[in-house]
Amino acid sequence: MAERTFKVYRGSDDDGRLESYTVEIDEGMVVLDAIHRIQAEHAPDLAVRWNCKAGKCGSCSCEVNGRPRLTCMTRLSDYGEGEPITVTPMKAFPVIKDLVTDVSQAYRNNASIPRFRPRPRDADDGWRMQQFEIDRAQEMRKCIECFLCQDVCHVLRSHGKHEEFIGPTYLVRTAGYSLNPIDVEDRSEFLRDAAGIGYCNITKCCTEVCPEHITITDNAIIPLKERVVDRFYDPLKALVRLVRRR
Amino acid sequence: MEISERHEHDVLVIGAGGAGLRAAIAAIEAGASVGLVGKSLLGKAHTVMAEGGMAAALGNNRPEDNWQVHFRDTMRGGKGLCDWRMARAHARESPDRVRELEGWGALFDRAEDGRMNQRPFGGHTYGRLAHVGDRTGLEMIRTLQDHAVHEGADVFMECTVFRLLVVDGRVAGALAYWRPTGEFVLFRARTVVLATGGLGKAWKVTSNSWECTGDGVALAYDAGAELMGMEFVQFHPTGMVWPPSVRGTLVTEGVRGEGGVLTNRDGERFMFRYVPEMFEGDYAESEEEADRWVEGDRVANRRPPELLTRDVVAKAIVAEVEAGRGSPHGGVFLNISEKRSPEYIKAKLPSMYHQFKELAGVDITTDAMEVGPTTHYAMGGVKVHPETAATCVPGLYAAGEVAAGLHGGNRLGGNSLSDLIVFGQRAGAAAAEEARDVSLAEIPASELSGAAAGAMAPFAREGGRNPFGLQEELQQIMQDKVGIARTDEALRDALEDVRRLRGALDSCSVDGGRAFNPGWHTWLDLRVMLTVAEAVVLSALERRESRGAHTRIDYPDSDASLGRVNFVIRSSDGRMVTDAEPVSEPPAELRQLIEEGV
Repeated sequence: MAERTFKVYRGSDDDGRLESYTVEIDEGMVVLDAIHRIQAEHAPDLAVRWNCKAGKCGSCSCEVNGRPRLTCMTRLSDYGEGEPITVTPMKAFPVIKDLVTDVSQAYRNNASIPRFRPRPRDADDGWRMQQFEIDRAQEMRKCIECFLCQDVCHVLRSHGKHEEFIGPTYLVRTAGYSLNPIDVEDRSEFLRDAAGIGYCNITKCCTEVCPEHITITDNAIIPLKERVVDRFYDPLKALVRLVRRR
Repeated sequence: MEISERHEHDVLVIGAGGAGLRAAIAAIEAGASVGLVGKSLLGKAHTVMAEGGMAAALGNNRPEDNWQVHFRDTMRGGKGLCDWRMARAHARESPDRVRELEGWGALFDRAEDGRMNQRPFGGHTYGRLAHVGDRTGLEMIRTLQDHAVHEGADVFMECTVFRLLVVDGRVAGALAYWRPTGEFVLFRARTVVLATGGLGKAWKVTSNSWECTGDGVALAYDAGAELMGMEFVQFHPTGMVWPPSVRGTLVTEGVRGEGGVLTNRDGERFMFRYVPEMFEGDYAESEEEADRWVEGDRVANRRPPELLTRDVVAKAIVAEVEAGRGSPHGGVFLNISEKRSPEYIKAKLPSMYHQFKELAGVDITTDAMEVGPTTHYAMGGVKVHPETAATCVPGLYAAGEVAAGLHGGNRLGGNSLSDLIVFGQRAGAAAAEEARDVSLAEIPASELSGAAAGAMAPFAREGGRNPFGLQEELQQIMQDKVGIARTDEALRDALEDVRRLRGALDSCSVDGGRAFNPGWHTWLDLRVMLTVAEAVVLSALERRESRGAHTRIDYPDSDASLGRVNFVIRSSDGRMVTDAEPVSEPPAELRQLIEEGV
């Protein structure tokens, strides 16, 4: 069995360092397995979040060699023998301890989204929808809330605009409601103001990093931007509204 | 030890998975203020991992389906031990509970007429599972979580309850610690709902996450509640077996529901040889008939034997492996690539596709998966009133996997997600109703400081055992001695081992500080897991027969007289004692329904 050395961030936000740990590696191991082995053998107080260990819950997000990854889905065999593996917490969030970050702002952002509001039921037993009508919304509903897109988004990562911009995760969440064919809520004002959708300049970094392969920019953010434009900036529609108001 | 942070609610819900969220929503609807405490971030509870779907007799795909057929399937699947009133409520109410989720934003896969599609699953007479590909649990938890937040639940994330507080015989609140800081927090409440989920983490090979330590079972037991059916631990037939680091990870029953076949090393579709007498005539008798059913002719043909109940399939796989007909890594083969197109597989089973591709390097659209049994679900748990979900401790309720009764000796796939929303709703509503007539109790300071000091004990020791080592030892013991096939001798060994490990808890030490310290958390979890393990072993010793998920090599047959009793565990003078209690008999018309069909 081979041994491998890992550099892991230890400490808090303002007082941290990289520590080296060497553990034995079995076939098929992922980065999270290595972290657990380090916990069991060297550092029982090494903090990491995880739950499902199968890419379904989005808890174990970290940065591996600087790239945002789900550590449970990142196989050690993806890294060449002798290539160093460095595991650090998500950079866009404050560190609580070691690999665990404070994501409470994200939950506040989510709570600010105007809630889902359905049209009345089509029949006593519910609504009628065709599969093709819901494919786009279902793509958004695949989001496991791993925050990797928040982590990579330069508006949040480089400029720290967590208060002004809800970020790709919650634009996806908003799209999940707004693309639902039975939803009747108008979220364009929220998107323009509180959500700060204008901050996104569609660099598509979020789409690239999404472990669920959601086409965040093209299928969530751009359609929502179009709704905002239609609602507030379309001169023809503005004229119609003006006339109607009279 | 001073507890500076305190909160008060009408109803405290412990556990933020499907049952806890649904209970919180129901309690809020009934006018209560609700505190919702979860060990993980909101939306990460084990419900998120549920894959295949939730069972409800909507009758969308087959108009013949109704609550009576669902009730019958559940009762037969539970091998005589389901509580008939719970099974009836579950079958009757699950359609409304499922439909209501769509009004809160859930989007389930559609049938051609625009209603929800329903997928076939083991033990269900008709295609009955509302689903979203193979990520149904994610859809459910997101929907419930957003709805609960907007309804006004007071959410406490990454907060672990380690003690229920009982004052004058009534539950009065709970003591918890914040995982990020290690600080203690006191919750006072008029009533408390336990929705803490499962206990599979006590085994080595399991589909369960770190959270599934059986907290609610131990909390309730320590508070004076009764446990029931603890010997019934479901071993899901299909977990991954390779590579070693993902051994146990779930492979959804949806693979078989969509047409996947099980074969042994010789390429034989062995399940045709394992149809139990009880289900004779209900399943296809040839590969041709099973194929016609998979291709869509479901009226003239019977379903494939791969869709037998989980206990039957799991035992068949073990038998094949023991007979030397297993796959290279000690499982059997599960193959859907010969029955469905790559596009179909990727659309219906997307997360299975990615899971195998990324973790095992297997493309399931062209190759077979290797699968074997994995510890998955607790049918047993806290004994509750079948209608209100109340335990015998006044003010304390339990719903979802932590509660016992609905599933008897074996749970049908898909019945868990519907259990969560049916009994979560019932427990939340009943807890809110009772809370109206109850005042908040003062908690004696001595009880709080005693509990807090006990939790801190390992910090005071140095150079003791590492809690991770102890946890690994427990998991190996449960795997080897309390697994899918049990004997009196192995169980007695396990009982001794578990009691020895409880003693060893006092020799563990924890390094580092209180802030997010997994070593400390694991030590606290172990106190709970050892109570759970002891209860499972004691019940398994008492049930000297094989029934459902509980298989005794030394008593390979079912014993009709034991099929009429549940084993109930309670605390008596600090010792765990077991009693046999009769299963309540359904009324004549329901008995006839179970025995003869609709």
